[in-house]
Amino acid sequence: MSDHDYTPKSKVGKWFNDRLPLLTLANHLTDYPTPKNLNYWWTFGGILTFCLITQIVTGLTLAMHYIAHADMAFESVEHIMRDVNYGWLIRYIHANGASMFFLAVYIHIFRSLFYGSYKSPREIIWIIGIIIYLLMMAAAFMGYVLPWGQMSFWGATVITNLFSAIPLVGEGIVTWLWGGYSVDNPTLTRFFTLHYLIPFLILGLVVLHIWALHVPGNNNPVGIDIKKPSKDTVPFHPYIVIKDGFALLMFMIVFAFFVFYTPNILGHADNYIEADPLVTPAHIVPEWYLLPFYAILRSVPDKLLGVVAMLSAILILAALPWLDTSKIRSAVFRPLYKQFYWILVADVLILGYVGAMPAEGLYLLIARVATAYYFIHFLVILPVLGFKEKTIPVPLSITEPVLGGSVNFATAKNKESTIDK
Amino acid sequence: MSEKKTNRRDFLFTATYAVGAVGVGATIWPMIDQMNPDASVKALASTEVDVSLVDPGKTITVLWRGKPVFIRRRTQDEIAEARAVKLDDLKDPQKDEDRAKDPEWLVMLGVCTHLGCVPLDQKGDYNGWFCPCHGSHYDISGRIRKGPAPTNMEIPKYEFVNANTIKIG
Repeated sequence: MSDHDYTPKSKVGKWFNDRLPLLTLANHLTDYPTPKNLNYWWTFGGILTFCLITQIVTGLTLAMHYIAHADMAFESVEHIMRDVNYGWLIRYIHANGASMFFLAVYIHIFRSLFYGSYKSPREIIWIIGIIIYLLMMAAAFMGYVLPWGQMSFWGATVITNLFSAIPLVGEGIVTWLWGGYSVDNPTLTRFFTLHYLIPFLILGLVVLHIWALHVPGNNNPVGIDIKKPSKDTVPFHPYIVIKDGFALLMFMIVFAFFVFYTPNILGHADNYIEADPLVTPAHIVPEWYLLPFYAILRSVPDKLLGVVAMLSAILILAALPWLDTSKIRSAVFRPLYKQFYWILVADVLILGYVGAMPAEGLYLLIARVATAYYFIHFLVILPVLGFKEKTIPVPLSITEPVLGGSVNFATAKNKESTIDK
Repeated sequence: MSEKKTNRRDFLFTATYAVGAVGVGATIWPMIDQMNPDASVKALASTEVDVSLVDPGKTITVLWRGKPVFIRRRTQDEIAEARAVKLDDLKDPQKDEDRAKDPEWLVMLGVCTHLGCVPLDQKGDYNGWFCPCHGSHYDISGRIRKGPAPTNMEIPKYEFVNANTIKIG
């Protein structure tokens, strides 16, 4: 990278930069050589940063009006909705913002899966991403508890009880998490504290995520290593900034649609009933973004093994760079992997669907098959595929297929002869 | 340096690490233990309930330590049904006699042992309780019969203070 030679033009700039090289950093970020073929699936990193900032800003303002106490939390949320100036808007942005955050993160994760962005040398970026994803789930879960509605209370009860599956110490851990013998005020206050803390942990990890990204540079749709800077790259500013900005605008239209037209469609009506420790709602379902894992939990008839399966489903992703034995990154050049990829996408969507349905009869059977397939994909198909699959030859550079008209030199020659005729 | 001799400095390092570890542990423990139930929560450990108005075949629910407790006055048929069950049929074998000292009164935590929901009264395949969250069925003695819950519903410590009053806790 060329930014080592950077010197600010102004005298003051030079004076400052010699003492704290912030301008060097800014220069690195502007000039940062980016593959010129990045498509719109690559814009979700920027969109996710926007989501995080949105959640932090709206969260801060909500915290100015919210009261973390079991007797007052529910009313304070209604107070925000009815009395606080624009309180309804800020809360709806925050609540729907969580869903938008997960929508974006799932697209971001599945983009990595398709283009093999998790492979060497980008394993650390990927693992930091998984940690961010886990923290996001924790933050979303605890945030959902804060309004102290029926779903908040019973969601908190069910999720914290997952720890009781641990042999011997399980019950002790649950009591410790609760600060009592059931979910109650001590639970609410600590969840509020942690819900406030986690976004800043995520922010720190995002910095590491981007730092780790800037060492090898972006992967790209062709999935090959490129020279930087070269004919294959463009500077981050203005090319990627403008593209990210346009995608963000489109994303914000979807976001605004939810906030202004269907602000409650992703929530549950039961959460507008204040928490009652004596009555469990008839159907307890988590938010949509946790449904696939919920389906995995329920598909295993044993309590401990169900919890183990659910956690493994997430943690297995961290081992992905080593489970996928193929040297080729992009699915574009992996005809078999491409098919298995789409089967996995369908599998996860099916898990999400059955997670929302009652765990009985046909739904349960489907959930079990889909759960089994999920693990088979990562533990059997991916490792084997790397050895068995006949991949399509990859181009030597991003520019080559564009100029040659084909990814492969031999076919490129054929094309030329057809054109000659 | 193929062979390393233990010298005075190694001893000092080890001693420093050991004392340091104890110090870190002693500092961290209060930070962890502050999350455990505090004195005010523990103080609410027992509740007295007047059960004189409960008719046979009815259940009342009272709150004890933030959790629901079911107190059911069972009919003779229900007692007979609960006592007739073979232990071999049970996932968590327990005699009804051990669960209800006075056969007429079943006092138990109304908390599903799966993930902590409150089961519904007089529902399910065994005329007992049914948990709506993940479909566990309990019999009229509160024993798990079908579904993901691993154990029977828990019996808290309780006693009859007099003929009409039960003290839980």
